[in-house]
Amino acid sequence: MESSILTSILFATIVAGTPLIIVALGQLVAEKSGVLNLGAEGMMSMGAIAGFAITFETGSVWLGVLGGMAAGALMSYLFAVVVLTLMGNQVATGLALSILGVGLSAFIGKSYESEILPTIEAIRIPLLADIPIIGEPLFAQQSLVYFSWALFGAIVWFLYRSRPGLVLRAVGESPSSAHSIGYPVIRIRYLATIFGGAMAGIGGAFLSVFYTPLWVEGMVAGRGWIAIALVVFATWRPFRVLVGAYLFGGVMVAQLFVQGSGLEINIPSQFLSSLPYLATIIVLVIISRDQNTVRLNAPVSLGQPYRPDA
Amino acid sequence: MTSDSDGNQVPRLELHGITKIYPSVIANEDVSLSVKRGEIHAVLGENGAGKSTLMKMIYGVTRPDAGEMKWEGEVVHVENPAHARSLGIGMVFQHFSLFETLNVVENVALGLPGNPDLNQLAEQITEVSNRYGLPVDPERLVHALSVGERQRVEIVRCLLQNPKLLIMDEPTSVLTPQAVRKLFDTLRQLADEGCSILYISHKLDEIQELCHVATVLRDGKVTGDCIPSEETPKSMASLMIGKELPVPEHNAPVELGEARLQLKRLSKKSDDPFGTELQDIELEVRSGEILGIAGVSGNGQQELLYALSGEEPVDDAESIVICGKPSGRDNPHQRRISGLGFVPEERLGRGAVPRMSLTENALLTAHHAGMLKNGMIQFDKIADFARKCIDGYNVKCGGEEHAANSLSGGNLQKFIMGREILLTPKMLVVAQPTWGVDVGAAAFIRQELIDLRNEGTAILVISEELEELFEISDRIAVIANGRLSPVKNLADTNIDEIGVWMSGMWDQESAAEVTSHA
Repeated sequence: MESSILTSILFATIVAGTPLIIVALGQLVAEKSGVLNLGAEGMMSMGAIAGFAITFETGSVWLGVLGGMAAGALMSYLFAVVVLTLMGNQVATGLALSILGVGLSAFIGKSYESEILPTIEAIRIPLLADIPIIGEPLFAQQSLVYFSWALFGAIVWFLYRSRPGLVLRAVGESPSSAHSIGYPVIRIRYLATIFGGAMAGIGGAFLSVFYTPLWVEGMVAGRGWIAIALVVFATWRPFRVLVGAYLFGGVMVAQLFVQGSGLEINIPSQFLSSLPYLATIIVLVIISRDQNTVRLNAPVSLGQPYRPDA
Repeated sequence: MTSDSDGNQVPRLELHGITKIYPSVIANEDVSLSVKRGEIHAVLGENGAGKSTLMKMIYGVTRPDAGEMKWEGEVVHVENPAHARSLGIGMVFQHFSLFETLNVVENVALGLPGNPDLNQLAEQITEVSNRYGLPVDPERLVHALSVGERQRVEIVRCLLQNPKLLIMDEPTSVLTPQAVRKLFDTLRQLADEGCSILYISHKLDEIQELCHVATVLRDGKVTGDCIPSEETPKSMASLMIGKELPVPEHNAPVELGEARLQLKRLSKKSDDPFGTELQDIELEVRSGEILGIAGVSGNGQQELLYALSGEEPVDDAESIVICGKPSGRDNPHQRRISGLGFVPEERLGRGAVPRMSLTENALLTAHHAGMLKNGMIQFDKIADFARKCIDGYNVKCGGEEHAANSLSGGNLQKFIMGREILLTPKMLVVAQPTWGVDVGAAAFIRQELIDLRNEGTAILVISEELEELFEISDRIAVIANGRLSPVKNLADTNIDEIGVWMSGMWDQESAAEVTSHA
């Protein structure tokens, strides 16, 4: 009995952390190139409605995820044109993108409000899924959960082992130096930004197709903002993003569990609902206090427009 | 140098009528020059003469508006630096193109084609740096390196590409005399192997010693070609600045006044794992003297400067006394109120805010000098003050409303020096006063420092240029490994002794002296 509760809490924690991992890792790559896109909430919302609508109309989950990805990428392309080509202010443009995405998705989603998608079966990995306690949470998950782990591995490899990743970090560190050695700063930033948008779109689609297979206006519920905060407080290190995302997921599940357990406690449910956000931020602030870590990992040119001299 | 086949040899690089026009200024006008195989070719000129722009066009960072470039006889249009490198052109930048949060190997890898294996590359770096006497540790992060060490990284990065033409933009400005010797040996060796070198410098004696041919630029135009070995530094200088070079006048020391800066057993551990620990530094600078501190970069200069400016206060307030006030724990603002003026090594970022106008930059350190009224900024007063700095110190710029980063390095340095000097500090600490500044401006800045001293200011100059220290100092000391040598009167020492001390070997010498006296 006890172990089954633990298993289900672990299981739910990992599921709840997954969209954050996908979105935050995408943003991490974009930010490492020096582009600060505050539009994650909007890109996730667009990814969520696109994923839901396409899955609903075609019946194909994979077309839905692709659609969500395309929607996020399109939003970030819009952002990139404004800030990279037209040299718009990144903060203001990102905020506008969030508002646009949340509003537009609500508008598009009006006719899907009462619809529900079929639940998607988990993929059980034979033998491993039968390990007590951790087997289910780790090896009997939905496909996008496995995808988030693969993404984590790929991004760590890309950033710290591959040459394109080195170039990307160099661009974020000093665009003018990168330009003078001969790297196409603007093109690299475009690619990184669009990658970030595509991941935000997948994260959104995960929410509306896998996590709670329905569409409700405002269902992203601030996860886009948490993802952006995660990247900063994780001092732009992928592993800390992973830890932060699961911490968020864990507290989220724990407070739902407390609320649903019928225990006699006099804590307002609104306070409990805010706990995951609060706990994640507090813990990450504490681990990001070391100035040296911040100095070594923060992309120096983050948020600054760069115009190469002709 | 071989000159037997010069007559019929196709030049490695030829420029014809290169012109580059920026919106506000003509950077290059009808520039032509030709570099032979294995030739060390100097490009001489003052700040803003257009040398850097010309080099950037050769390296493909920017493109000319008119003119033609021939590489080994063929007309080429260099599209970008990668293209230039594939032709065999390497460049060491004046403003370094390094990435601070990456380590040395990664920085080098970024400038190489393909995808080099980092471990193998680290070995290559060690090999090249040993061979050419440019020691660098491949694993270190660049932000922990001093300016001199960063330059070594840049040079090693170029040498690894086996270039046919090496462009060096002021490579010796932060090297010790011994390191300059070694670099010259390296460059001569490269030239003998057939590599051509374009050498930009303001140091006329170096050009004379090293370069086969020189092209002189003034205001973007070629004003002459010469064979440096047949000229005198004076004659080249007048080609370059169009008039005779002023020589600073250094009178005998005026009467020494009170102690303005006292360091008493100043010790500080560095927060940076690669930093240098300051150990028991004892020093006194008095009103009316210039004290020079020599040393190879990375021996504690940075740490000492941060401790002096107050950017990194020390625990023991008594260990730094400014104008009689124990100031070890004071922040930079409190120290300025005590009478300290400070000119850091990095002009952009520490000496001035790059994107702010000169007026706003003037306000940064002058705000306590009557620029505020009831907490409000007196804009007309600052603008006046900024104009005074610009006019009084011959700062070439578009006006006081232009951003600090629109000025060339030398002009910005003149502005910053002017700003600090006009505030008439009681104690002035200056780091690398003339780094990357052309001879005319350098002579001017040195003269200003001497004049300021004659008016009774105590001045501490930390520089890596020995000639400069010997030109302006009254007393001199050496910093090595975070320790300070005894302070000597300039008359009682010479460049050789100080050069030996720069490797930290004053203890043996003084010990030997003691025994010989005994």
